[in-house]
Order: sequence, then C-alpha cells, then structure tokens
Amino acid sequence: MHTLGRDAMVPVPAVVRRVRRQTRDTCTVDLDSPRGQGFSFRPGQFNMVYVFGIGEVPISISGNPQRPVPISHTVRAVGAITTAIRGLRRGDVVGLRGPFGSSWPVEAAEGMDVLIVAGGVGLAPLRPAMLHVLANRERYGRVALLYGARTPHDLLFRRDLERWRGRFDLHVAVTVDAPVLGWNGGVGVVTALIQSAPVDFAECVAWVCGPEVMMRFAVAELLRLRVAAERITLSMERNMKCAVGLCGHCQYGPYLLCREGPVFRYPDVQRWLTIKEV
Amino acid sequence: MEDLEALLARQPFFRGMDPRWIAFLAGCARNVRFNAGEYLFHEGDEAIRFLLIRHGRVALETHVPGHGPVTIQTIGADDVVGWSWLFPPYRWIFDARAVELVRAVEFEAACIRQKCDQDPAFGYVMLMRLVPVIVSRLQATRLQLLDVYGVVAGRHAHTRA
Ligand SMILES: Cc1cc2nc3c(=O)[nH]c(=O)nc-3n(C[C@H](O)[C@H](O)[C@H](O)COP(=O)(O)OP(=O)(O)OC[C@H]3O[C@@H](n4cnc5c(N)ncnc54)[C@H](O)[C@@H]3O)c2cc1C
Ligand code: FES
Repeated sequence: MHTLGRDAMVPVPAVVRRVRRQTRDTCTVDLDSPRGQGFSFRPGQFNMVYVFGIGEVPISISGNPQRPVPISHTVRAVGAITTAIRGLRRGDVVGLRGPFGSSWPVEAAEGMDVLIVAGGVGLAPLRPAMLHVLANRERYGRVALLYGARTPHDLLFRRDLERWRGRFDLHVAVTVDAPVLGWNGGVGVVTALIQSAPVDFAECVAWVCGPEVMMRFAVAELLRLRVAAERITLSMERNMKCAVGLCGHCQYGPYLLCREGPVFRYPDVQRWLTIKEV
Repeated sequence: MEDLEALLARQPFFRGMDPRWIAFLAGCARNVRFNAGEYLFHEGDEAIRFLLIRHGRVALETHVPGHGPVTIQTIGADDVVGWSWLFPPYRWIFDARAVELVRAVEFEAACIRQKCDQDPAFGYVMLMRLVPVIVSRLQATRLQLLDVYGVVAGRHAHTRA
C-alpha cells in the first residue's frame, strides 16, 4: 500500500483538483496525489485531512480502490473543519496523512452473498467496498445495497445509485425518513428494508455504516434474520488526533479506533455498541 | 383453493403455520392486484379486509391540509398492510396507495375475526404473527422520529450521519 510521506505524523501537501457538490451540506473533494507519488488504499480506510490554520479531521476515502487517484473524500459540513473543507476550491492545498485503519473484509467475503447497509454519509466508506465488489462481480454471490437518508435531497452518489439500480446483478433499495413532494421511492427507516433483501441471510456477509443508533438497529435486525454475528462488520467513529495509535483520543473500549478500527467485526464491539459515550 | 394454499404456505408471514390454519385462511382469501396510483383503502373507511403484499410497494399516506398527501411509510413484498381490522372501531387510519403495480392476497377481515373469537388457539397463532409486525412498525416509526441523520447538537455526537 502506498502511504503518503515518510512520517505518518507529518501531513504532505495535496492539491484540490475538483470539488463536487453532493447535497446541500455534503461535497466530494478530489485531491491530486501529493507530488504525483503513488497512492492506494483498502475499502473502508480513512485519511487525515488538514485544512491549514483550522485543523485536521479523519475522513473516509470514498473513491474507487481500482483507480485511487484522485483521492476522493466525501464530507458533510458539521463544524469548523468540515465546513472549511466544503469551502475548498480547485487549486487549494490541504495537508494529507494516510491511509489509516482497518478495511471491509472484501476478500474474505468472496463466494458469499453481500448485504451492504448504509445510512447518511455512511455510504461514503462503503462506496469503495461496493466498487470493489462490482469490479470483481463474478467472485460474489447475490449483492444487495440498502441505503437510507433523511430526505431525498440528502441522497449521496445519486449517479452511482441510478447506474447501480439499472444493473440486473444487483439489488438496490433506497429509502428516506421524510419524503418531499414528487418522491416516489421508499419511505421509512433503512432497517425495515433488510428482511426483504434478496440474499441468503444464513450465508451472507453484512457491512453496515451509518449513525450509531441506525447501526444498532440494523445489527438487531440482521441477528433476528439469523445472519451470523461474526459475518456482520461495522465502521465506527470517534474523534481522532494522531490517527496512529499514540494519543489515545479515539479510545473505544479496549481499542484505539484509528489502529484497530474503524472497521470491526460485530462481536468485537458488541459490548461497547450499547454503552452510551464509551 | 389449492393454489392459494400453497402460495400462503410459502409466504414468510405464514411459514411454519399448521396446514389446517393455512387451509382455513385460504378460504377467507383471494388474489388481488392494484395498478400504480390506485388506492387499496382510504382513511376512515371500514376496515373489512387486510392484505399481504406479494409484489410491489404500497405507500401509507395521510392528507395534511395545505400540503396534500404525505407518505409516512412504504411497505413492500411479504409485508402485511393494515391491522385496523383487528380492533374496534375497525376503521382505517391511513390511506394506502399502490406506488407501482401491486399483487397481493386479500383476506376478508370478518371471516378471520370470527374464527379468532371461536377458536382461541387460532386467534393466538394469528396474534403471534401480527403483533411482531405492529411492534416492528412502531420501532421503525420511533427510529424515524429520532432523526438519526440530522446534525446532532453537542460535542459528542459521534455519529456518521
Ligand atoms: C474514521 C472516521 C471516518 C470518517 N469519515 C467521514 C466521512 O467520510 N465523511 C464525513 O463527513 N465525516 C467523516 N467522519 C466524521 C468527521 O471526522 C467529523 O464530522 C469531523 O471530525 C467534524 O469536525 P468539525 O471540526 O467540522 O466539527 P466539530 O467542530 O468537531 O463538530 C461540530 C458539531 O458537529 C457534531 N459532529 C461532529 N461530527 C459529526 C458527525 N459526523 N455527524 C454529526 N454531527 C457531528 C459535533 O458534536 C459538534 O456539535 C469520520 C470520522 C472518523 C473517525
Ligand atoms: S487518534 Fe490517537 S490513538 Fe487513535
């Protein structure tokens, strides 16, 4: 894997190639690989993105692992740093460290059905996993993507979704909590879509990412449908500082999320998932 | 009725049910279809039937003055539509509209209610299947109300919304 720079603590400058607006508060920032050097990542990994003078945040890589450059991050503006990222323009420079963290077990899932459950910006770290599965489609059984967002205006990667919906070898179901006039798609929580996903629950893997509450309910539903606990994988979030296991900022139970996570098998985080503010 | 019986036995909702009950239920049932845009029932109407969707999607709607119809939830294949037929006053509390072509099995509510009253064993079996549907809709509604995708106030939201 190509990591950026020699010292994992030192950000290397990366130039913004393009900023694409996704929704009213979300955009995808494409960065050129620093100094033209190679870059690769595994689906589910994240980079530390540093906006000079403001601060650094962990952001999942949302691009295609087969074509990792430009390096894509899909960011929702919630505070000072993410708002500054949304305000970036072509030619601006940010600091970049990474890639860090664990990844979706895409190789281990070969030969099995794949059920991907995403909520909100949780689709961003799952997109590379989806693209990996599609690039190697013949290695997987049935594949289903279930995606929930707040409203139709909050749906990310609309073009991908439309393209994927048109495929015969894929089941894509999208739902929103609150529809707007003219929306003809699903209404309700994403967990309600799980039971009718056309996969063999006894033999599938499930990859889940979204708000923690949504992940808890999704896991409960998957277990009810007899998906094996060790085949359920989640991506967890905590604030990070160093991203290399030094500062302890991202502690989650016995784990440091930046090092052992953010992607975990459910049994490994089961105890902490129901505890508030671990 | 043979065909309908076999079809019901395959539905997840009836899976594992005593064939005697399935045969009885088939006697109260018929296949129906609704075109996109057609209403399965309207708010306030008497709830004289309920439906098990085989194919397609149904939107539960309510009319908000000044806004028109608002979809509260959509229900898809293998799901049950409606439980207002189970309890007095037996009136629908929402409109149900076919979003696309819907194929469903329709059950005559009075036929099933009567049997439930006469035979508590059957009534228990039906309730054990219907109550989880009601509970899961309630849970889903609560989750919907939590607005989990909204930007969470407070320092430690820790959510990827
Ligand atoms: C491994 C990992 C991967 C991540 N990947 C992504 C990604 O791909 N895209 C992305 O947009 N974000 C992602 N995040 C979250 C992102 O790092 C945070 O949103 C960011 O740190 C917020 O920084 P800020 O300075 O903009 O906001 P702050 O000033 O830190 O927070 C502002 C307000 O927003 C709240 N808040 C913070 N984070 C979130 C959140 N995620 N959702 C809702 N409210 C929040 C805070 O509680 C606070 O009230 C990821 C986090 C981790 C740990
Ligand atoms: S962020 Fe410092 S230990 Fe994980």
